[in-house]
Amino acid sequence: MRQDLTHILRWVEPGSRVLDLGCGDGEFLASLRERRQVRGTGLEIDADNITAAIARGLDIVEQDMDRGLANFPDQSFDTVVMAHALQAVHYPDRVLDEMLRIGRQCIVTFPNFGHWRCRLYLGTRGRMPVSKFMPYSWYDTPNIHFCTVRDFEALCREKSIRILARDVVGNTERQPLLASTWPNLFAATAIYHITR
Amino acid sequence: MSTAAGSRSVGLVKPQVAHFDEPLLLACGRSLPDYELVYETYGELNPERSNAVLVCHALSGHHHAAGYHTAQDKKPGWWDECIGPGKPIDTDRFFVVSLNNIGGCHGSTGPSSINPATGRPWGPDFPSLRARDWVNSQARLADRLGIGCWAAVIGGSLGGMQAMRWSLEYPERVKHCIVIAAAMKLSAQNLAFNEVARQAIVSDPGFAGGHYLERGTVPAQGLALARMVGHITYLSDGAMASKFGRDLRRGTLEQGDDGNVEFQVQSYLRYQGSQFSGNFDANTYILMTRALDYFDLAREYDNDPVAAFTHARCNFLVVSFSTDWRFSPQRSREIVDALIAADRPVTYAEIEADEGHDAFLLPIPRYLDVFRAYMLRVGADV
Repeated sequence: MRQDLTHILRWVEPGSRVLDLGCGDGEFLASLRERRQVRGTGLEIDADNITAAIARGLDIVEQDMDRGLANFPDQSFDTVVMAHALQAVHYPDRVLDEMLRIGRQCIVTFPNFGHWRCRLYLGTRGRMPVSKFMPYSWYDTPNIHFCTVRDFEALCREKSIRILARDVVGNTERQPLLASTWPNLFAATAIYHITR
Repeated sequence: MSTAAGSRSVGLVKPQVAHFDEPLLLACGRSLPDYELVYETYGELNPERSNAVLVCHALSGHHHAAGYHTAQDKKPGWWDECIGPGKPIDTDRFFVVSLNNIGGCHGSTGPSSINPATGRPWGPDFPSLRARDWVNSQARLADRLGIGCWAAVIGGSLGGMQAMRWSLEYPERVKHCIVIAAAMKLSAQNLAFNEVARQAIVSDPGFAGGHYLERGTVPAQGLALARMVGHITYLSDGAMASKFGRDLRRGTLEQGDDGNVEFQVQSYLRYQGSQFSGNFDANTYILMTRALDYFDLAREYDNDPVAAFTHARCNFLVVSFSTDWRFSPQRSREIVDALIAADRPVTYAEIEADEGHDAFLLPIPRYLDVFRAYMLRVGADV
């Protein structure tokens, strides 16, 4: 499982209701079900992922976040998770608002565009970074709203979103201290536990 | 029966008849004194009696959902794509029950049966039916077969409506409810098409006010017209375009040619109409379309589908097809949204398919994948 997902696990209460936005093939929800006994629902739009998640016995709703989440009632989930999808939605700020309306608490992870490798790539080559973690060219990418750790925290301040906890995953787990001390420079993935 | 059907077919099947002596009180207030249900079963009921699956048929369906009646049959049952060994409704795992609903014309008690009170065919005097009447009669069949709880109740279109009704009327007897290409109630447009179909039938002189069996007439033209109208709503614009386009079956459209022009789509519809009118009872068609019209899942729950679904105890799979304009994906999303708001477990897939409403009967790869994946879960819960 991806490292950011392992980090999220401990913020999820046993036996709670979890909504996973962009749940992929359901690997994370399945592990939450197994290790936290949650009742989970996943949202996904990719056909193969949906079939794979159904085969895991998960409740999956085919729905595009960009068309809204109005069908989910206020505070109907304990936790709403969105892992590595914030940068791919049309209106990240609105999705955050919706997540906080639907869930009592939310967990968001995203690739940190302020990472030193991105900066170095852009600074030295003058071109949009392409890497193992962000393998797309600028003109053909699902990632249309990259942001940095500082950008995200500024948005949270603007929207009066409370950050309960922040966690980071460095490029390699050998230097966890660097990433947690200077997250905007050394966090490859930022992980936020937020509420309103 | 083609040899190609081979190992993935349930093979030769034989309809059975269950007779019920206890009167069935109907939603309309009348009751059926006694009645028969014709049904087929595929697969084996396990010793725990926990692997039974009920298949509910749609408007013109019947009990023969899979396999062949004789080795000479050219076509298998109507849902053979989905029922059989290794198919989504896997007969190696499930005991499948498929019946002809009351009011039908394929062997179960219906308008063409004899009314015991008069000794003549029921005809137009057959009591009007609602989906819940079918569900109640199906529950009695389940009792007869010793099935306390269905592993799944499954239906497409009008069959999906029965499946939803099951989840509300007998919540403790359904583990999974599978609703394909359905809606919680008909739209004004749906009602309008059904009315055209009925008017086509009743305005045929052969209909004789519904007493055609006694008069020895046949409202073939009316029934064919009804089917033609219906059939158009089962297909999508795109499906008709790719299947027929503007291809001519006869004549030309050259200038100076005054010949008799016939488009392929005309002849196709006429063929469908005449096939149907030879095999279907006009009073049943009227009765079935009325049952469709009257279906309104949430009526008795203050017209609140969320309140309705809070009574359900099962898991739901809802499936729609992109070009279905009879029961469009939007209608399925309404079901899903009500289930979400009622905090019921639901899985939803919107299948990209060109075939319109008919898609639920066809071997569309993603549809079968989703169906199969979900049925694995149903099997795991057995």
